[in-house]
Amino acid sequence: MSTSRQYELVYIVSPDASEQEVTDLHAQVEAVIARIGGELVKSENWGRRKMAYEIGPHKEGIYVLELINGTGELMKELERRLRVSEKILRYLVVRVDEELRAAERTRSRRKVRTGPPAGEGDRSGMGVDGDGGDDRFETEA
Amino acid sequence: MGEERRSGGGRGGRGGARGANADKGTGQRRSLFRRRKVCKFCAEKIDYIDYKDVRMLMPFVPDRGKILPRRISGVCAPHQRALQTAIKRARQLALVPYVAD
Repeated sequence: MSTSRQYELVYIVSPDASEQEVTDLHAQVEAVIARIGGELVKSENWGRRKMAYEIGPHKEGIYVLELINGTGELMKELERRLRVSEKILRYLVVRVDEELRAAERTRSRRKVRTGPPAGEGDRSGMGVDGDGGDDRFETEA
Repeated sequence: MGEERRSGGGRGGRGGARGANADKGTGQRRSLFRRRKVCKFCAEKIDYIDYKDVRMLMPFVPDRGKILPRRISGVCAPHQRALQTAIKRARQLALVPYVAD
């Protein structure tokens, strides 16, 4: 079916929700993941924190972060449930796999660039791949 | 082609006006001494600007709540783009203000 991707889900629970309600919501998320198929990589409860602006009557909220591997359909279902539950002030789903991969790529590229040539690091042509080709041409000629 | 030239001229004109305003705002000292700006994210080798890391974002969101322009912060273009989406995500989660007074 559709491919698995990595998502970050953050939701803000109303500050007047009890401890139990927060854990219930988390359990609900877990249940949906288990039912549709997917993997809960990490779960973090940031606890109560002051929000930058008021959402409705609330000035603070309980933040929960879940890192999920799963399909788009899974996230669709999760979003639907979060939208329906009244204790959720707000949620945000971000697909992170591509961004993290891009960050990893730049990190490894930098390692290659700063690694072997110690003295040549200051050259302005850094990072231009064509430059290496030019060098080889010069030594051959 | 004609259109292209016109838009280019407009942009140049606006840029000039902006520069003049900046000089007026900070007095004459600005033209005499200008500190070299280095992109904070390049210097610290941060490749992923996380929207959840409020402490990293806040220096780029002044009191007013607007995103600090590149010409002031000195952030490089690729990082400013990443910073921009990070701040906008953080705003949705009320981690960073849209407007503040």
